[in-house]
Amino acid sequence: ATSSIPWRNPIWVLQGRDFCLGVLPDGVDRSSDAFLRNSKAMEGFISQLQTHIDKVLGGGGLEAVRRNRSRNKLLPRERIDRLIDPGSSFLELSQLAGHELYEESLPSGGIITGIGAVHGRLCMFVANDPTVKGGTYYPITVKKHLRAQEIATQCKLPCIYLVDSGGANLPRQADVFPDRDNFGRIFYNQAQMSAEGIPQIALVLGSCTAGGAYIPAMADESVIVKGNGTIFLAGPPLVKAATGEEVSAEDLGGATMHCKISGVSDHFAEDEIHGLAIGRNIVKNLYMAGKHGMMDGLPNIIPTYKDPLYDVKELRSIAPTDQKQPFDIRSVIARIVDGSEFDEFKKLYGTTLVTGFARISGQVVGIIGNNGILFTESALKGTHFIELCAQRNIPLIFLQNITGFMVGSRSEANGIAKAGAKMVMAVSCAKVPKITIIVGGSFGAGNYGMCGRAYSPNFLFLWPTARISVMGGPQAAGVLAQIERSNKKRQGVEWTQEEEENFKGRVVEAYEREGSPYYATARLWDDGIIDPADTRKVLGLCLSVSMKPAPEDTKYGVFRM
Amino acid sequence: SFSASSDGKNPCIEKILIANRGEIACRIMRTAKRLGIRTVAVYSDADSESLHVKSADEAIRIGPPPARLSYLNASAIIQAAIGTNSQAIHPGYGFLSESAEFAQLCESEGLTFIGPPASAIRDMGDKSASKRIMGAAGVPLVPGYHGSEQDIDFMKLEADKIGYPILIKPTHGGGGKGMRIVQGPDEFVESFLSAQREAAASFGINTILLEKYITQPRHIEVQIFGDKHGNVLHLYERDCSVQRRHQKIIEEAPAPDVIDDFRSHLGETAVSAAKAVSYHNAGTVEFIMDTVSGQFYFMEMNTRLQVEHPVTEMIVGQDLVEWQIRVANGEPLPLSQLQVPLKGHAFEARIYAENVLKGFLPAAGVLHHYCPVPASPTVRVETGVEQGDTVSMHYDPMIAKLVVWGENRNAALVKLKDCLSKFQVYLVLDFHQQYIGKEEINVAYHIEVSQISILIQSLDATMSFQVAGLPTNINFLQRLANHWAFEKGQVETHFIEHFKNDLFVDPCNEILGKEAYNAASLGATLLAACICKKEQLASKESLPAGNSLLSLWYAHPPFRVHHFARRTMELKWDNEYDSRGSKLLKLAITYQPEGNYLIEVLYMYPQTGDSDFPGMELKVVHLGHHDFRVEADGLSMDVSLAAYSKGHTRHIHIWHGLHHHHFRQTMGLELSNDDKSQDKPSFEIASHSRGTVVAPMAGLVVKVLVKDGMRVEEGHPILVLEAMKMEHVVKAPCAGFVHGLQVTAGQQVFDSVVLFSIKVSLLHSTRNAIGQKFTFRMNSTGGSLVNINPKLSLTLSSNNLWQSTEVTCIAALLW
Repeated sequence: ATSSIPWRNPIWVLQGRDFCLGVLPDGVDRSSDAFLRNSKAMEGFISQLQTHIDKVLGGGGLEAVRRNRSRNKLLPRERIDRLIDPGSSFLELSQLAGHELYEESLPSGGIITGIGAVHGRLCMFVANDPTVKGGTYYPITVKKHLRAQEIATQCKLPCIYLVDSGGANLPRQADVFPDRDNFGRIFYNQAQMSAEGIPQIALVLGSCTAGGAYIPAMADESVIVKGNGTIFLAGPPLVKAATGEEVSAEDLGGATMHCKISGVSDHFAEDEIHGLAIGRNIVKNLYMAGKHGMMDGLPNIIPTYKDPLYDVKELRSIAPTDQKQPFDIRSVIARIVDGSEFDEFKKLYGTTLVTGFARISGQVVGIIGNNGILFTESALKGTHFIELCAQRNIPLIFLQNITGFMVGSRSEANGIAKAGAKMVMAVSCAKVPKITIIVGGSFGAGNYGMCGRAYSPNFLFLWPTARISVMGGPQAAGVLAQIERSNKKRQGVEWTQEEEENFKGRVVEAYEREGSPYYATARLWDDGIIDPADTRKVLGLCLSVSMKPAPEDTKYGVFRM
Repeated sequence: SFSASSDGKNPCIEKILIANRGEIACRIMRTAKRLGIRTVAVYSDADSESLHVKSADEAIRIGPPPARLSYLNASAIIQAAIGTNSQAIHPGYGFLSESAEFAQLCESEGLTFIGPPASAIRDMGDKSASKRIMGAAGVPLVPGYHGSEQDIDFMKLEADKIGYPILIKPTHGGGGKGMRIVQGPDEFVESFLSAQREAAASFGINTILLEKYITQPRHIEVQIFGDKHGNVLHLYERDCSVQRRHQKIIEEAPAPDVIDDFRSHLGETAVSAAKAVSYHNAGTVEFIMDTVSGQFYFMEMNTRLQVEHPVTEMIVGQDLVEWQIRVANGEPLPLSQLQVPLKGHAFEARIYAENVLKGFLPAAGVLHHYCPVPASPTVRVETGVEQGDTVSMHYDPMIAKLVVWGENRNAALVKLKDCLSKFQVYLVLDFHQQYIGKEEINVAYHIEVSQISILIQSLDATMSFQVAGLPTNINFLQRLANHWAFEKGQVETHFIEHFKNDLFVDPCNEILGKEAYNAASLGATLLAACICKKEQLASKESLPAGNSLLSLWYAHPPFRVHHFARRTMELKWDNEYDSRGSKLLKLAITYQPEGNYLIEVLYMYPQTGDSDFPGMELKVVHLGHHDFRVEADGLSMDVSLAAYSKGHTRHIHIWHGLHHHHFRQTMGLELSNDDKSQDKPSFEIASHSRGTVVAPMAGLVVKVLVKDGMRVEEGHPILVLEAMKMEHVVKAPCAGFVHGLQVTAGQQVFDSVVLFSIKVSLLHSTRNAIGQKFTFRMNSTGGSLVNINPKLSLTLSSNNLWQSTEVTCIAALLW
């Protein structure tokens, strides 16, 4: 007896008067013994499966879970729940990995993997379970991690690593460390995916020791949580054993150290919830498939956007007329980007350069602005950020107010020239639209690193406060006067103080004249002088023009390391 | 109806300028529009976008925000009227409505003043003159002795004549000094002498007057109306006894518990009072009624249309503004006294932005959510604001008047309570966006002050903070309307004082605290379910049409492999019955297979005992906008939600049943303090101790801005370095005392040399402020800082308006 009711079948409703030729017959006898027997038996199978599942959902047991909570840490599945879009689905993989595989139980293989959506973009999640053997990698853990990366490679899913692991399980090192599909393959995969433009994001929510330290270090972007997150190649006990140095975990590889000094991590999170929120923001700014115009079927450009919170006209009052007076470039950014929202990248590192993501009229942009002299760290930060934008096809906006790279013996010894060269290399090769606005000084190699005219920005505009020259007038006068004096001395000509002052005055005057924005714009060194209050409008129009051509792949030359 | 005859002196009014703002301006325009009369609004700079400006046919700017420069600027208003060819000016209430000079000025400029003659305003404006005139007209005055004979025996005789209890008052001075209430003749001599002594000491003059003391007074007023032909009638009385800070908050008409004879006697007395000053147009005669003796006495006459006129309109079915305009046109009154109907009962509740617990201090802010009850023939909402408008600090903080009518008092009261529970409003103070410039910030700061009630004088204009969810008096009005004595009509002017234990929240009442907690738990549960529903709908809407595969990820309920999706939600909530600060409610939401939500209140922190709140399974239907219908255990109810986000905090308001709850959702951390540390100059180096500042680079010291040993705040500029063509300001990394500052201007410093250090922590340095005087708003008297706790809130005390209440505020905002 068939119980299928044709008019209830959605296919019938959808297709209206059309005949549905391909509809399969029901073919099931619901009253047969086999049907009842099977359903009874399956009930048993299901309940057995559920028993196993319930066990692994509990993670490493009550005591380990309690200890985890006492450190203000969530369980891995809860972490994923906070990362994915609220109320959306999560396709977890291999829940029963490690089932009865080892003498000790290893729920879910000590790692949770699966796919979920963040801001509408499907991502692969790989989350260590610190309640299971401290999150250490057993052979099956590695295998599950690699399988997740394999799926991500095939489906081009951004990878989000929720790192909280003690590294390789030392007693089993022979089965974890050396072979092709062992631990090292994780980083190989990260490198390969990053090269293919598949974003690699690490959230350091707990310890990240030894080999594990490479997961955030190899990631395109990483977040670290104050207090809980640590990254080091060797923990304090090993350091003490190796070098005798006594140091706390936080000082050795904590969030503050890595965000401010080493630059190993890019985002500083106050606590885990904050870290997860930053993680969502990173995905929001990915824009990775700009190459296809759409990302997972979502348009890359948000059709509705907010105006800046603050009056754009105030830009007229922000740039000081005295070039020596510094000002926070963020106050400019706040007045040109949508909703004044700016997700800063490496905020605590190389603080004289401000980098971050924002939107202008719905278009994602990467903004690089000067907040002082370029140091080695600032240049490295700029390079990293330009690489990120080039890989994701995010247009770059340079807000120039730069007196140059830092000089002096310490800087030279630090290889400031090398660091500057990296930034120049990145700017030169990045095949994304670039727009430069000179809002203040534009001196020396700073002009180059910040995408001056020689670096072919799609557009370059000046504010009336702009000044452009190889160095400042007084500095040039000082240098030239020193040369002149030694020339005169060699010729045996006396050079009076007054003559020297006159000489210097002429140089300063020449620099003054040639550094003027009018001198520049008259010679077409730029595309015009704009009213600061029009900056947002001009940027929006220029972006619209620049985003027309299809994206190109970026290839770099040799970075001098 | 009115007859068409005009007195011929003035042409018929065709265009009115309304010299007022807010709800009353809108109210007058409504009637004018119905009559086909064109309207002109006037506005100050603070009101350029206001509803009354939008509602008028024309609008004219009359000056800057302060009232004395705009709405009280008579010549600007007269100029505006002449410039727009208006024939008449309606003054509304407040502002210039009771200025005899203004009425006179209108007259001499040939403009019709829609109100009484200037002479009547003048007569009634002078308190002692008005009493003299009323006494002469036979209107009863409070019995008393105001003579110059001060002999104690004579005075005692006078007191006996008046009858006890007696109020002894010095003729000079005020503020309650020297006032004595004498219950019987045996207390008289002692009280009299001490009052004399105190008066002499305080005012230098010791003359005393006697007045009958009314123990349980009621404030009853009669609406009267006169035309220019000598006709005066009354439109019955209103009871306005329920007052706070001498301002009415709930009025009703007719007065409860009044018999018809008394009513007509009262009315006739009011009419004769009006006739004594040749009154025309709308006016109100206020009486004080002794509920013990049933006697009533004249207090004063208000020579204008009053705020509470709608309750009278509701019971007589007339439009008083129309009457005003017609009378001003010279038409006679449309009804005779006998024809004035009296039908049913009406209440008016005034909804204010104010902080009830802080002595009804006014609040100001942006109406972030404003959804008044819908109007009907029996429900009126008189308002001058719309959602998004600002309740400005420059004017009265009234948001709306809610007026309801019923067949009788009980029916009207039921309606009042219902409307109050459905009246959705909340304000947000967000002055960072509203006020720019130092002077304005200081003004704006006063508003903030009214929230937290203190003003610290040494204030820099560098703050940016906001408070969401400013208080309104709606909850208080609800408690009033639900009070048994109010229900019984036992109103008197000391009502709020008398029942303060019932009406005000006792912050230590554990039973009520528990009840409030349970109500909040329910509110949070409903809220969680609605938020989940809203999120689900929002994510579905944000998906591009036609992507059926991606939408699978947003199916409801969300898919999980072998388990149900579950999430937690943390909501912060302030229990008014518990002074221990805000509570954190943690809820667990489990998505059930059928699409319902199973919601459990996991815990509340700090713990206040066991939660009796069981898990609930809820089904939510979204009705549109912020309205939802929630079903739980076969019970359905309507719920409304409104949310506001600012920085890392989301404020969510929920209205359910009779309740309104306000919850805050934060990202799970208080970023405010730590976030700042990220912006701090990062010149600290690990090898130096905390607070040590080193030169960020080699350079020249151009300026040294502080002296060694000076106390500085965090971020205070210490010195200026010049290097690489730029000046770099080196700032204090934290608050404290500058230590070891040796460099001088002109000195060259090398990279990483120690410049100075900051020695004392913020807490320690602010502790030095303990005992310092601070100025409070409202009364301008001082208070002292008595404590600072480690979370940086301050406790201050003062012996003034708040009866030595301690005021707590967030120091981080102020310091």
